[in-house]
Amino acid sequence: MSAAMATRIYIPSDTTAKALGADRVARVIEATAKEQGVELEIVRNGTRALYWLDPLIEVDTPEGRFGYGPVTVKDVDSLFAAEFWSGETAHPLAVGLVEEIPYLKRQQRLTFSRAGVTDPLSLSDYEAHDGYKGLRNALKLEAQGIVDAVKASGLRGRGGAAFPTGIKWQTVLDANSPEQQKQKYIVCNADEGDSGTFADRLVMECDPFMLIEGMTIAGLAVGATQGYIYLRSEYPLADKNLNAAIESAYANNLLGEDILGSGRHFDLEVRVGAGAYICGEETSLLESLEGKRGLVRAKPPLPAIVGLFGQPTVVNNVLSLAAVPFILDKGAQAYADCGMGRSRGTLPFQVAGNVKQGGLVELAFGPTLRELMFDFAGGTRNGRPLRAVQVGGPLGAYLPESQWDTPLDYEEFAKVGAVLGHGGVVMFDDTVDMGEQARFSMEFCVAESCGKCTPCRIGSTRGVEVIDRIHAGQNVDANLELLSDLCETMLDGSLCAMGGMTPFPVQSAVKHFGEDFVKHSTSEHLNSVLEEA
Amino acid sequence: MNTPGSVSWEPTAAQAIIDELKSKPGALLPILHAIQNRFAYVPEEAVALIAPALKLSRAEVHGVISFYHHFRTHQPGRHVVEICRAEACQAQGSRALEAHAKSSLGVDYHGTTADRAITLEPVYCLGNCSCGASVRVGDEIYARMTPESFDELVDGLRTERLEVLS
Repeated sequence: MSAAMATRIYIPSDTTAKALGADRVARVIEATAKEQGVELEIVRNGTRALYWLDPLIEVDTPEGRFGYGPVTVKDVDSLFAAEFWSGETAHPLAVGLVEEIPYLKRQQRLTFSRAGVTDPLSLSDYEAHDGYKGLRNALKLEAQGIVDAVKASGLRGRGGAAFPTGIKWQTVLDANSPEQQKQKYIVCNADEGDSGTFADRLVMECDPFMLIEGMTIAGLAVGATQGYIYLRSEYPLADKNLNAAIESAYANNLLGEDILGSGRHFDLEVRVGAGAYICGEETSLLESLEGKRGLVRAKPPLPAIVGLFGQPTVVNNVLSLAAVPFILDKGAQAYADCGMGRSRGTLPFQVAGNVKQGGLVELAFGPTLRELMFDFAGGTRNGRPLRAVQVGGPLGAYLPESQWDTPLDYEEFAKVGAVLGHGGVVMFDDTVDMGEQARFSMEFCVAESCGKCTPCRIGSTRGVEVIDRIHAGQNVDANLELLSDLCETMLDGSLCAMGGMTPFPVQSAVKHFGEDFVKHSTSEHLNSVLEEA
Repeated sequence: MNTPGSVSWEPTAAQAIIDELKSKPGALLPILHAIQNRFAYVPEEAVALIAPALKLSRAEVHGVISFYHHFRTHQPGRHVVEICRAEACQAQGSRALEAHAKSSLGVDYHGTTADRAITLEPVYCLGNCSCGASVRVGDEIYARMTPESFDELVDGLRTERLEVLS
C-alpha cells in the first residue's frame, strides 16, 4: 500500500505528554497497527497542552482532527477494536473534534497557533503554517521599520517585568553609531524557573522555529549578528529540539552568513544553564553566559547599553521573541487589537498545581482570574474547595478568593499588590498551610539567592527563622512585627527581584491567610493586620 | 544532560573536551557541562586542567562549580533522582512525596543510598506543573507521582541495573 493511503494520526511529544506515557503509547500503537495490517502514518506533534487529555491522540478526518484522550497503553486494544483511525467513533475516550473542545476553541492562540498542530522539527510544516513569513517581511524593512512595528504592537516583555519590547530594541539599535560597528547580541532568556510556568518550554519543544525566527528578526532590527538562547538545564527535551531546529535552519539558509540570500548575518547557539533560579534575572544570566558565577549586576548601566561581554544586548523572554514573527507577519495592529488598557496582545496563561483541567490558556488580557480557574480549568483536581492561588511564580503573591475577580492585566494585578509575571497560576486546595507556604518562599530565597546583597542573602535566612518561631508560638506578636520589618527591608533594600519580591508571597500569606499563623497563638498584632486588610 | 555515566577519570579525554570548547566565548559552563556529562561529576583533577586553559585560578573555577546546583564534585549513585520541590508540585502532594522518598531511601537530599543505586536531589521546577508531583531521572520526567509510584520507579531503577549485570 502506498503511504498516501495511510491515515495520519498525531501523538504528542512534549515533556508532559511523555511523562504521561505518550512514547509508550506510540510504540504500542505502531506495533499493533503493523500486526493488524492497519496503515497508519504516525506524526509526533508537540501538544495542544490540554493536559488532562494527554496523551491526546488525534486522527485526521475530512472534518478536522478527531481526538481520543487521555490514552494509556491499556486503551490501545479497544481503540483498534473500535477502528479509531476511521475518525469519529463511540469509543469512551473520544473527545470529538479537537478544535471544537471549548477549552481550546475559546482561546486566542496567536503565539501558540501551531502548538500541537505541527511536527515541531519539520521546517516544511512550519512554513506551511505561516512560518518564516515574518522574517521575509522583516528582510524588506530597514532596521528602524522593524523596531517601529514592534513598538506599534504594544508588546511588553513577557518575562514578568512587562517592559515595552520596542523601546528596549530601540535602545540597542541606537547604542552606537554605525561607524563604531560594535558587536551586539540577542539573548533569549529561556531560564523559565517559575513554578507553575511552562509556556517557554512549550514554545521550544513544540514550535522551536518560531523562537529562532523571532530572534533572527530581533537581530535584523538592532544590528546583532550573534544570538544565544540561555536554556535551563531542567529542560532536556527543549535543548534537543532547539538544537535540531537550529541545525535545520542553518541547512536551509535561515541562519548563518547569508539569510535567504539577503547578505544578512545571524548566528544562534543554545547555552545550557546549571540549575540556578537567579539566572533568570537578566544581569545574572549575562554573567552566567560569560562563564561566571551568576551574580546580579547593579543597573545602570542597562544591558541594552552594556550587556553581554560589555556590548549592547537585547535580553528578551522566550514569549516576547516568539510573539515577533506574528507581529511582522500579520501586522502590529493585528496584535495590538487584542488585550486591554496598556496590556496589548495575548498572554499564555498556564494553569497548574491542584487543577482539574490544567494546561495552556492563551488569552487576550482582560478575563478574570476566576474565569481562568473555573470556566477553563474546572477547579481543583481532587474536587476540594480552592483556597489560595499563587500567580506569577515563587515571587508572586498568594491571592485569596476576594481577589479572584481581578482582571488578568498587568496594571489591575499591581493594584491589588499582586503580579501577573509570566502568567503561571498555581492552585491550592483548602488543605494548604499558608504558614508553610510563607516559610517555603523564604527557604527558596535562601537556596537561590546569588548572595551579592545582604537583604536577600541574610534576610531570607532570618525570615525562615522568624517564621519558625511564629510556628512554634514564640512571642508571636513581636515576631510577626519583626517579619513585617524584615519584609520591608528586603523589598526596599535588595538589588533585584529575588530579594525584592520574595516578601510578596510572605506578606500576602500573612495578610490574607492570617489564621494559618494565628492558630499557633492568640495574636493581637495579627488580628490588627487582618482588620486592616 | 543529567545521566550519570560509569566512565572513570581519563585526563586525556578531559583535555580533549577542554581543547575543543575553550575558544568559545564564555566557555566555562559549556566545559563543565561536557565534563560532567562524560564523567557524571566534575572531578578535582578536571579543575586543575580547566583553570590554566581558561587563564583562571582554580579558586575561580571552583567558585563557579559551587555556585550552580547542577554541578557536583563527587561521583553520584547510578541514578540521580530529582524530586520537584516547587509550589505547583507542593499543591499536588510533593511535601509528602519527598518525606516518603527520604525515609524509604534512608538518605537526605544530596545523599546516595548505601547500595550506590540512587542519589536523591531536590529540583525547583521541571515545567510539568499541570501534572505534578514531578520527578526526574536522567532525561526522563515522571508525572503525577505518589509515594506508591515512587517506590515502583525506584524498584525499577534498581532492577534495571541487576538485569544489566546478569
